[in-house]
Amino acid sequence: MGYHASVGTTRYVFADLKDLMAKATPPRSGDRLSGIAATSAEECVAAKMALADLPLKTILNEPVVPYEACDVTRLILDTHDQKAFAAISSLTVGEFREHLLSERTTAQTLGALAPAITPEIAAAVSKIMRNQDLVLAARKAEVVTRFRNTIGLAGTMAVRLQPNHPTDDPAGITAAILDGLMYGCGDAVIGINPASDSPAAITRLLDLVAGIIDRFDIPTQSCVLTHVSTTLGLIGEGVPVDLVFQSIAGTQAANASFGVTLDMLKEANDAARSQKRGTVGDNVMYFETGQGSALSANAHHGVDQQTLEARAYAVARAFSPLLVNSVVGFIGPEYLYDGKEIIRAGLEDHFCGKLMGVPLGVDVCYTNHAEADQDDMDTLLTMLAAAGVTYIMGVPGADDVMLNYQSTSFHDALYVREAFGLKRAPEFEAWLQDAGITDARGKLRPPRADHQLLAYAGAAP
Amino acid sequence: MTDLRDPWRTLSERTPARIALGRAGASLPTGEVLRFSLAHAQARDAVHAPLALEELKKGVEEVFGPALVVESQAVDRSLYLRRPDLGRQLAEPGRQMLRSARTDGADLAIVIGDGLSARAVNEHAVSLLSALKPRLDALQLNLATPVIALGARVALGDEIGALLGARAVAMLIGERPGLSSPDSLGVYFTYAPQTGRTDAERNCISNIRREGLAYDPAAFKLAWIVREALRRELSGVDLKDDSDKLLEAGNAPPVLLPER
Repeated sequence: MGYHASVGTTRYVFADLKDLMAKATPPRSGDRLSGIAATSAEECVAAKMALADLPLKTILNEPVVPYEACDVTRLILDTHDQKAFAAISSLTVGEFREHLLSERTTAQTLGALAPAITPEIAAAVSKIMRNQDLVLAARKAEVVTRFRNTIGLAGTMAVRLQPNHPTDDPAGITAAILDGLMYGCGDAVIGINPASDSPAAITRLLDLVAGIIDRFDIPTQSCVLTHVSTTLGLIGEGVPVDLVFQSIAGTQAANASFGVTLDMLKEANDAARSQKRGTVGDNVMYFETGQGSALSANAHHGVDQQTLEARAYAVARAFSPLLVNSVVGFIGPEYLYDGKEIIRAGLEDHFCGKLMGVPLGVDVCYTNHAEADQDDMDTLLTMLAAAGVTYIMGVPGADDVMLNYQSTSFHDALYVREAFGLKRAPEFEAWLQDAGITDARGKLRPPRADHQLLAYAGAAP
Repeated sequence: MTDLRDPWRTLSERTPARIALGRAGASLPTGEVLRFSLAHAQARDAVHAPLALEELKKGVEEVFGPALVVESQAVDRSLYLRRPDLGRQLAEPGRQMLRSARTDGADLAIVIGDGLSARAVNEHAVSLLSALKPRLDALQLNLATPVIALGARVALGDEIGALLGARAVAMLIGERPGLSSPDSLGVYFTYAPQTGRTDAERNCISNIRREGLAYDPAAFKLAWIVREALRRELSGVDLKDDSDKLLEAGNAPPVLLPER
């Protein structure tokens, strides 16, 4: 069934919901690449107008990817909470935007609403929201998760310490971990992207991080970001696995291109939980997502990349993850061309995730073939901090020397804490203070040359 | 003037990562801000550098004999950046060239593509091929005609391998430049190459450059993957790279592998 909107004497017709959603999406290169974007600025706004008048119920009744063709669609519709949906079932998309921004909508009401929010509902409303709307609505949502610390409390922001090394060199990785800890980072996870996918290399890295966490009794968790099947194998061999990582996407076909199924994720979640390595909770999954991944795998079903990204959060949600982050600027300029598109997408992803009840962090980042620079990242980081982002990345000097892209740095995290007064996960904050790294207000103390962490890494005083 | 430096500066010898930068309040010292800006400027320039085609062709041919040069449908750089789909498809002249070069019974096709850093290919491709040659010789494989591909994305290798009728393809390609690594080469391997293969069906060896993975261990890994993929008739996530278990104190063992 079609949708339409009239502007003056021009009547715009949209073939179906996915066409309407695609045309209403703020401009980005990925939707142009797949040939589904609006062809004029006016058509884009006309589509927004038609979308704003659409009842939320209509979105539930018209899956953008067929139920029969995709297990992600089946997951979304089969787990939709009709009872919670009753609170908003009479609203249009435009009214839902106003509902979200109303003073009466709080962390509590949003929490109760989350199971009623399908990715398509979240994506639809985000398309008619300005960047400042995405900030204000998202900052109301509180999504709290736990493993060895408590992530997502109001007034906090966590950081993933990302100590990557081009050849997985243990001394190099240890040095970067130490650097991050001395800068007060690492509460979300100490998470390494390995250069080698071999199980032997992954095991060495897991042992290395577990050794540091155990030696200094740090209330945080480790992860080596490799394929779920590799991690499952390692759990079977008794290797110390805290979190299971996997890249996921919003369609069954895109997940197949990652070599992953919903059953595999369930098996991994069960296996990691059975290890009982968490001390304050059992959220054991860590997912990464990013606009453009489905298109990149030619698995997009003609649906716009932002809607598909929100569908990835439905996959994540099913496994109660500790951490989920969009790698927003990582996938490349063919999907998000410049700083403006990356900033917009980062705010959309964070908003959609939080609305759906997912602990969304953002890898505020760009690659060297995108039209973006550090100033663009400062803007996105600042807006995400205002929006209450769950966590960001902490990469030494913002330069990932293994993955070859620029993310946020330990210094960037300090900047945000200073500008917004944001605290770390409370258990980690207390540890930093005990370790003499921060003072009672959470500020870094002047570093001591004889600190025990420095001695561990073998730094000459 | 306060001392902005960190007392663990000696650790920065152990990693190319930007550690122990020091701080001015929450922020970077001025020198580090400018050092970063310069690196970003250099990486931006590397994305747009051209392939040194004549020199590369000569080098490839000295190792593996006469090579073909083909183009994708996105040789123009700005088109290449916006349309990766076109970088995964051969332009028609290349298709015809490869069809006529098809040899029955080829085990492996080697493809060298510019990717996102022609500089990486210019600096490392021939050295890697030289390290690879004796290891492939030891496997006694039939090699297809080597191919140099311009405007190439990773998946272009699959179309090339299929047209050459090869059982497998190894695509050497320039990875997207990092701030500290504008010259990183990657190798992507596919068993039974054909258009439409997914990333999960490929094995990858990345970060081959002077400060990263050295030529000989990279060649060893690739030869291991080639041998195991041909033996087990698969590649990708089902083929775990266990080659590390054969490394001796981090070094690749000598060229002649034991008989299976």
